[in-house]
Amino acid sequence: MLITLTTFDLSLAAVLVVMLGAISAYMKLGVAKQLYIAALRTTVQLLLIGLVLKSLFESTQPLFVLLICLVMISVAGWEILSRQKRKLKGWWGFGVSTGSLFISSFLITLLCLFTIIQADPWYSPQYAVPLLGMLLGNTMTGIALGMDRLTQTAWQQRPVIEQRLMLGESADKAISDMRSEAMRAGMIPIINSMAAAGLVSLPGMMTGQIMAGAEPVEAVKYQILIMFMISAGTGFGVISVLWLISKRLFDDRERLCFRRLLRQSAD
Amino acid sequence: MSFFNIQALKYLDCGPINLQIEASEIIGLNGPSGSGKSRLLRSLADLDEHTGNVYLRATEQSSLKAHEWRSQVALLSAETYWWLDTVAEHFEQFPTEKAKLLGFLNDVSLWPVSRLSSGEKQRLGLLRLLENEPDVLLLDEPTANLDPENEQLFESYVMNYVRERPACAIWVSHDVDQLQRISQRQYMIQKGQLHTEVKGI
Repeated sequence: MLITLTTFDLSLAAVLVVMLGAISAYMKLGVAKQLYIAALRTTVQLLLIGLVLKSLFESTQPLFVLLICLVMISVAGWEILSRQKRKLKGWWGFGVSTGSLFISSFLITLLCLFTIIQADPWYSPQYAVPLLGMLLGNTMTGIALGMDRLTQTAWQQRPVIEQRLMLGESADKAISDMRSEAMRAGMIPIINSMAAAGLVSLPGMMTGQIMAGAEPVEAVKYQILIMFMISAGTGFGVISVLWLISKRLFDDRERLCFRRLLRQSAD
Repeated sequence: MSFFNIQALKYLDCGPINLQIEASEIIGLNGPSGSGKSRLLRSLADLDEHTGNVYLRATEQSSLKAHEWRSQVALLSAETYWWLDTVAEHFEQFPTEKAKLLGFLNDVSLWPVSRLSSGEKQRLGLLRLLENEPDVLLLDEPTANLDPENEQLFESYVMNYVRERPACAIWVSHDVDQLQRISQRQYMIQKGQLHTEVKGI
């Protein structure tokens, strides 16, 4: 009893977005252009991935699946970087964010595919690609927030860090408070959504499954699985990114090394 | 070899600087603003990049981990920072008796740091720094915000510490009279070079 959506249904929803844009342009709120670009990106990107998934499901080539996954991870890594007010210079920035996504999403997806879902074959794209996508989409928010918080507070509180170094604290200890602050900032979104799930919000994946005709309790089980994976993935991802950045912020004589940071205008 | 030994130290466009300091000796240092006094102290504490060698009792700076070096060669910067809520939280154990010698009352350890004046921060900053029992004190205009009475308490506290531990100190100040009072030798940094200062200038 799956109700398929027609072009007309989608256009109706699109009209709402256009109306919002028109009103915000009229009130000079200045988000219309960004909103339209984002809506257009969503449409094009999702349609494309729909086509890719369709051909992917038909072919089940492991190399093809891997390629898609790598593209997804690099794009997410790049997105994280572009949300930073100050990022590590050179390849370090991209390396740190992509590396942490590899831990937070890729490894966790693999673990889940092998031990929990046990699809046959394990790389079957119907499970692998959506799982990885869901993990990437959620963990990259946490990682981006945690990273940004750490570099920003370290920058603003430079005198405090140096004061603690002068008192003979190790670099690791001198930045430890800021690191746990950043960890908290990165974890708050997923903790909030776990706490509110079911009471305040019905998570998107579960809603989609139920609307597509799945048994609610089955949908709930998948949702719980996803939530746990996202929180573990975000946690490990944020921990690794904070560890790498706080190492990189100091040189081998435990001095602050802000020349390794590049300031960029966040859009 | 001397207690504290600076050999061919260069940082930015300053140096080379050579200086030997003996135990229980205080060196006075002045010079125009921007001449590199603060950065000399930062280099000695290994907080800024530099070349050359610095020895404490024949132990070379780079042979220790940076934070071990800094707990022995301790820098008190012109402005001290306090990042926790109360004074006592910044200490392993707050030295109430010693605080009295610097003119504080019994309850200072409970004070919120937001109510500290800059002069109080400087005096408490000294106490906090001495908790590691450093062998070398690098003092960057430590009494700039103190009234004459507290300035005198501060001076005698440092002189006592240096004599009894024994430690040594480099004391940066613009106050030539103060440097005459507290130090055995006075130097001046000008255009990145260290000059012996003739007594009485």
